[in-house]
Amino acid sequence: MGAFIWLTVLTAFRILFRNRMRAGLTMLGIIIGVGAVIAMVSIGHGAKAVVQAQVASMGTNVIIVLPGATTVGGVRGSQGSGVTLTLSDALELKKRVPLLSETGWSKRDVMQIVYGNKNWNTPVNGISPSYLTIRDWSYSSGGPFTQADMEAGARVALIGQTVVENLYDVGEEPVGSVIRIKNVPFRVIGVLAPKGQSAQGSDQDDIIFIPFSTAERKVLGTQFLGSVGALFASTDHPDDLPAAVEGIREVLRARHRLQPEQQDDFTIRTQVDIGLVQEGTSQTLTLMMFSVASISLLVGGIGIMNILLVSVTERTREIGVRMAVGAKRRHILMQFLIEAMTLSLVGGLLGIVFGVIGAQITTVVAGWPTIISAESILVAFFFSLAVGLFFGLYPANKASRLNPIEALRYE
Amino acid sequence: MGALIHCQDLWKVYRLGDIGVQALRGVSLSIERGGFVAIMGASGSGKSTLMNILGCLDQPTRGTYLLDGLDIGKAGRDELAEIRNLKIGFVFQSFNLIPRTSALENAQLPLFYRGVPLRQQRERAAAALARVGLSGREHHAPAQLSGGQQQRVAIARALVSQPSILLADEPTGNLDTESSREIMGILDSLNRDDGITIILVTHEQDIAHYAARQIVVKDGQIQSDRSGEPAPIGGH
Ligand SMILES: Nc1ncnc2c1ncn2[C@@H]1O[C@H](COP(=O)(O)OP(=O)(O)OP(=O)(O)O)[C@@H](O)[C@H]1O
Ligand SMILES: [Mg+2]
Repeated sequence: MGAFIWLTVLTAFRILFRNRMRAGLTMLGIIIGVGAVIAMVSIGHGAKAVVQAQVASMGTNVIIVLPGATTVGGVRGSQGSGVTLTLSDALELKKRVPLLSETGWSKRDVMQIVYGNKNWNTPVNGISPSYLTIRDWSYSSGGPFTQADMEAGARVALIGQTVVENLYDVGEEPVGSVIRIKNVPFRVIGVLAPKGQSAQGSDQDDIIFIPFSTAERKVLGTQFLGSVGALFASTDHPDDLPAAVEGIREVLRARHRLQPEQQDDFTIRTQVDIGLVQEGTSQTLTLMMFSVASISLLVGGIGIMNILLVSVTERTREIGVRMAVGAKRRHILMQFLIEAMTLSLVGGLLGIVFGVIGAQITTVVAGWPTIISAESILVAFFFSLAVGLFFGLYPANKASRLNPIEALRYE
Repeated sequence: MGALIHCQDLWKVYRLGDIGVQALRGVSLSIERGGFVAIMGASGSGKSTLMNILGCLDQPTRGTYLLDGLDIGKAGRDELAEIRNLKIGFVFQSFNLIPRTSALENAQLPLFYRGVPLRQQRERAAAALARVGLSGREHHAPAQLSGGQQQRVAIARALVSQPSILLADEPTGNLDTESSREIMGILDSLNRDDGITIILVTHEQDIAHYAARQIVVKDGQIQSDRSGEPAPIGGH
């Protein structure tokens, strides 16, 4: 049987090469189908990886509470536009919602920062120290401020990479230097490790953190004392998120004295919500690519079936001869199945090559990140094999059922 | 044991719509091992039908056919294929070589289906080609060979599996006199020197004379069955 399969495969390749024009046209459907899948999957994977990194950059199991009601389409007023969330809300949540492992808060405003003879406009965030833990910030140099700094109203600052790039010379060490925010001097005690773009597309590294108390007293103004721009909380486990969200809602509604018929005057967001939006788009994309791929593979498969039926007719005498010298039904069946699978497999391999090239071109031309997974190549490989097997079955079966005498006499 | 081929009252009826064509009407026949038989008869008399049954390509509608003691009438499709592979070699009027495939590969074909290791297939096919005087033509495709050479490749393919019987339905029908003589010389030698039983169908008296026994078929029945010394026509 080994010699049989080996020689049959060899013969199949020879026939394919001999009729390469015809074979090439036949394989076109498979090539396009597989190529499309490989390219689209790698683009999809690339996009997904970016989204995942963005979602992860928020921190793990993070809940964000923003002031103001959710409006249609999820658009809300800018952070801090309302005065519905306060520091005491945050402290109350910490007490009353035991699922929350951490709570933090922040308040921000865009301000001019001056260092030496350079200046830069950036959002300055007054935050609780816990905020840094919740959002998983780490440091490329220096470190965070402490609860003590917070209580003392210390004039210390953490600055993001973008701020560093705009205020400092290359190679200059920011930690220990003094910057002026609204003319108030702050000592830089840490540089934040870069996080890149957020899921909404803003630069997360264009930022300065200072203690909340310092911000209220010295920088942001005391107009709305005790109000916060956003509350942050986290749970130990992602499964606790929904219950924690409900807990927060209950506490805040009670504190804000909202009647049952009244809408929330705040908006609660989790990573899950943000991830879902992204996933929705990528699912549409996935669906589209699978319809393109399956139509191409179907067309390719039918092409293979067609060319094989032609081949069976053309080679009726040959089939008769093979039967006369002792080919059994399964030999003829195998021969044509192998020929079908050779066609679809070569088509599939070409499709993989074109798909990979297509993905690379996309990265270079459109600048989209692409990830080519071994998994998708393997799936494409076996899928094209299966297409050959499936669509080869009918012609192969037809060939194997020929009557040897009639086949030998066929003109 | 006795005869290699033993047929008893063979009938073959082809159904063509409502009417049945009786291609064989009660043929009884025995052929000894090592025999050389020529079957003759008018066109449509049933020669090919009989050959197809003897070659296990077809089965009789009625009657028994024992080949080497095996009841062919009862064999299934794959069993018939196996019997053909092991015991029978075919030579056709129109050569029936696989196009664009070398002489060697054509000659290998029966061994290929017998599952013989590749190397051995090649060696035996090359030996068979040498036997029919085609050494050096192993890698020629059928289109690069003359009719007589193509028929010799077909004979090599038939004898590569060392069959007990070689069936030839008008093997010289498409050949000129010279090539016919060569082909008959080879068949004669296979019969004499290798003891292969040969049954051939022919319209030509000259060709039939190579055989030790001549059977004439008429309207699906054996009209005459005559044994005589083969005439020393042709030779080498
Ligand atoms: N598959 C078939 N279906 C119907 N009738 C058939 C079939 N094969 C043969 N016949 C008929 O059976 C009869 C015998 O045919 P066969 O081919 O055996 O003749 P033959 O002696 O070989 O003739 P020739 O010398 O022309 O080759 C003919 O009448 C033919 O028409
Ligand atoms: Mg005939």
